[in-house]
Amino acid sequence: MGLALLGIIWLITLVSTYFFAAKTWWLPHGASLATAGIDHQFAVTYLLMGIVFVAAQGALGLFVWQYRDRGTASKVTYTHGNTTMEAVWTALTAILFIGLNLMGSPIWAAERFAPAQAGSVPVEVTGMQFAWYFRYPGADGKYGRTDPKLMDPSAGNEAAIGLDTSDPASKDDVVTGTMYVPVNREIDLTERAVDVIHSFFVPQMRFKQDAVPGLIIHMHFTPTEIGEYEIACAELCGLGHYKMHGMLHVVSQEDFDKWLATREAEK
Amino acid sequence: MATSATVHSHAAPQGFIRKYIFSLDHKVIGLQYYFLALVAVFVGMFLSVLMRFHMIWPTAVLPIIGEIKPETYLSLLTMHGTIMVFFVLTTAPQGGFGNYFLPIQIGAPDMAFPVLNMLSFWTTFVAFVVILAAFFVTGGAPLHGWTGYAPLSALTNSGPGEQLGADLWITSIAIFCIASLMGALNFITTTLDLRAKGMTMMRMPLTVWAWFVTAILGLLAFGVLLSAGILLLLDRNLGTSFYIPLVVVNGQVMGHKGGSPLLWQHLFWFFGHPEVYIAILPGMGVASQLLSTFSRKPIFGYKAMVYAIMAIGFLGFMVWGHHMFMSGMSPYTAFAFSLMTMAIGVPSAIKTFNWLGTIHGGRVRFQTPMLFAIGFVSLFVSGGLSGPFLAQPVLDIPLHDTAFVVGHFHLIMGVAAIFGMFAGTYYWFPKMFGRMMNETWGRVHFVITLIGTYCIFMPMHYLGMAGQPRRYSQFTELTYLHHLIPLNEFMTYAAFITVAAQFIFVANLFWSMFKGPKASDNPWEATTLEWTTATPPPHDNFGGHTPVVNHGPYEYSVPGAPRDYVMQTDPPTVASH
Amino acid sequence: MVTFSSPVSIDVPKTGQGGGGTRPPAYCGGGDGPGDGSPDYGQRLRRVRLGLAIGLTSVTMIFVSLTSAYVVRRGLPTLDERTNKYVRDWIPVDLPTTLLLVNTALLLVSSITAELARRQIARQAALAPLRSIPGVSLGEDNGFPWLSITVVLGGGFLAGQWMAWRELADRGFYIATSASSSFVYLLTATHAVHLAGGILVLLYAVAVSLLHKPVEERRIVVDVTAWYWHFMFLLWLYIFGLVWFIR
Repeated sequence: MGLALLGIIWLITLVSTYFFAAKTWWLPHGASLATAGIDHQFAVTYLLMGIVFVAAQGALGLFVWQYRDRGTASKVTYTHGNTTMEAVWTALTAILFIGLNLMGSPIWAAERFAPAQAGSVPVEVTGMQFAWYFRYPGADGKYGRTDPKLMDPSAGNEAAIGLDTSDPASKDDVVTGTMYVPVNREIDLTERAVDVIHSFFVPQMRFKQDAVPGLIIHMHFTPTEIGEYEIACAELCGLGHYKMHGMLHVVSQEDFDKWLATREAEK
Repeated sequence: MATSATVHSHAAPQGFIRKYIFSLDHKVIGLQYYFLALVAVFVGMFLSVLMRFHMIWPTAVLPIIGEIKPETYLSLLTMHGTIMVFFVLTTAPQGGFGNYFLPIQIGAPDMAFPVLNMLSFWTTFVAFVVILAAFFVTGGAPLHGWTGYAPLSALTNSGPGEQLGADLWITSIAIFCIASLMGALNFITTTLDLRAKGMTMMRMPLTVWAWFVTAILGLLAFGVLLSAGILLLLDRNLGTSFYIPLVVVNGQVMGHKGGSPLLWQHLFWFFGHPEVYIAILPGMGVASQLLSTFSRKPIFGYKAMVYAIMAIGFLGFMVWGHHMFMSGMSPYTAFAFSLMTMAIGVPSAIKTFNWLGTIHGGRVRFQTPMLFAIGFVSLFVSGGLSGPFLAQPVLDIPLHDTAFVVGHFHLIMGVAAIFGMFAGTYYWFPKMFGRMMNETWGRVHFVITLIGTYCIFMPMHYLGMAGQPRRYSQFTELTYLHHLIPLNEFMTYAAFITVAAQFIFVANLFWSMFKGPKASDNPWEATTLEWTTATPPPHDNFGGHTPVVNHGPYEYSVPGAPRDYVMQTDPPTVASH
Repeated sequence: MVTFSSPVSIDVPKTGQGGGGTRPPAYCGGGDGPGDGSPDYGQRLRRVRLGLAIGLTSVTMIFVSLTSAYVVRRGLPTLDERTNKYVRDWIPVDLPTTLLLVNTALLLVSSITAELARRQIARQAALAPLRSIPGVSLGEDNGFPWLSITVVLGGGFLAGQWMAWRELADRGFYIATSASSSFVYLLTATHAVHLAGGILVLLYAVAVSLLHKPVEERRIVVDVTAWYWHFMFLLWLYIFGLVWFIR
């Protein structure tokens, strides 16, 4: 039985590790500035945890076979432990875990502690059951007033977010159901939610942030590759959670300006 | 000091009602909890089978159940989580085995407060009935997940099942809180005040330490959940706005304002994180117990194990924010929580090293209880090592609310903790029922379950890294998820097989109760107090006499001793530490 | 390192009866009690007090969490959806202070009477062994009904709290009027529920005193209930202070 256990444990370890190492199913290709830092931290964590995983499972499998009861041939080492070893592996574990955390902290700080820089592209993201709406403040750089009483999801984009068209700042606001941003520019996101908590998740941007009713949450990211990226909702929001998705189009600066101008003209 | 008379000075009860229904005997109550959990786990497993089925065949029409709509899927998911976490993981290890064996392992004739014990079981039972009722009311069971985030859970029009179903869900949990608090009180008082002569705290088996610290966690955490639930009921039914800001549902402005959805998350997770340690600590205690017994070797580093249990309990109250890194909470607060979370990995690692150290240099016997204890260690390693990923906020950005998290907590709670329960069952079955379970079928159960659960839950890590969100009823809408469906299908088949194998366990359990070979008083040649008494134990546990303890709990293979185990009540002249 | 190898095979299990247990008679006090076969009430009292202390920790946690929610909510700016600005929307509640002070006085007196009841029965329990000595007479046992008075005063407190809620409503503060009013109702109602539980146990203690159970047993019930009652009083002081000073 000891050998069988060793075989099963080592086999499970081998198969699991293989699929991790082969990256058969892996993080999707990253297309943002944050990708390098996040993916690097991920790789370091993964390598270190992987080594511990293989070592621990390997030792477990080995020991249960090596120290199986072999009758009179087996001699038990009576011991209550080894304080020195306890101290050593406790210290090493603490250094490993806390070290890993401190390594990743500057990346977290860069992503989250500082607000978006001046000159970033403002986009407001509003989540509601079960769609995303995006608003661009237009030439005046100001988002117009919205009023919950004016919200009517059945009447289209502007009505869905309750845009108050009597506010002068609303005149140049563009509200769409798809998100367009220019490449290589920082996007200054303002996240809002209308009813329940949603979460704006774009895997390829390595970006996620909950949209919470009652809060206006500012986040930023910088896309670095032109392409189309799916937006998923990553916080359970009701029966339509699985199909509450959007599309992020990262385009060149000219294409973005053209697109925005066309939307303005349509108003 | 425990005395028979101080606890209950009456003879064993007569009559069916007193003996089996409203019994005050902790052994009967322990079995009641255990069988309640057994029913609950089959309900929970059935729900998860339906869930996995729907993920792969979302449009299929099943017999009797019909079509599973997206909202039904979410109800299944909600009830699966709630029933498993509360009525299985918080019930069987603590209420079941803890109730049965804590008094015996410390040499007491019963729990400190037998009437309270009986009440706490029946209150748990009522809570279970209430939550099952949610399935049968108009609108059905709630769809807001076991975590019940507001405002989804606080608005009665946020989805089907969010009316009476959600109120029943909250009520059931509130009742469960009260039952747990009663139980915690009993466990703590018993451990502190009813230990037999010679049973010092540092001679208590690690199972007792685990039940003791788990009870302390429960005592401090369940009150907070109760508060959270009361506020939720008020928001839903009396128009208050604890959790709900001004919201518009389907174009309709609701009459709430000023509330904070994050308040629910803070209150819930302040309870929720200790809760997961409540779920795993007893299993760790059982693993320690069994690894030592079946390696014929003292547990490596008993003191360190005790301190580790205490550290896990203490730190467990300081990490709740790691569930909220993406919630809109301050990123500085997130950093603080993440440091604490990495810290709590340390005592868990210590325990793992010590388990390995226990096997090392031993002579391992491979009876079924030991197989599950070994499996526990393997699963704890696997599930635990995905923790450091999630503990770092920057890595939580891609991983939060994906299948990665689901894989992490299932490997620990949904498998390792369950292996702890299986291990406890196979180990203590002889003492409880006077017969042995079948070894061959035990091994078959073990092998299929170990491999099967790895096949179900290890791939979730890959899926999570690939960006598969959790709580999605199907993967048809997002193109980037399509290539993950075959792996999901593999997991579904693995789930079918693994669930089927659990019937082997149940068959073995019930058949052996009546037809299994008779067991001696100490079939495993173990050292702790439950093995010094008759099988099954008499009403007052020790047949009229009070044990006196002279040895620690893990004196195996002591040099110079007449046999390879020294029982805790053996005379002091037998050499040991 | 000394090692040990055992010839014992698993197929011949030995029974585990260690020789270390002593065998006193079933109802002996184990050296701590009177040793004459009667139960050890002193130990039982200490155990029940310990259980109460542990149980009160969980009650404390309920109020700790409610306090934390209260304090945070009071200081939290909330989003005005129309101006998109965060504003303070905390409206101090116009508390019926006089009425609440009267209720506090009622509860204070009830705590005193509960304590008098507790000491009274402690004396009776201490003197109980003397009654069995032939020829000794300690006179009649009808003490002042402190326990029943406590129940009445406790009921008075609850009635007073009900009046306070009515007064709040008259002043326009219902449970859902504002965050502050929600908390005032919530905190006082949660306390009232726990106090009502205490009254039920007091009623049980009164009933038990009429049932001629041994005085030592009744003493344990009254003792623990009285401590619970004191805790309820202190808890009330805390809640009143919280909603008064942190308005």
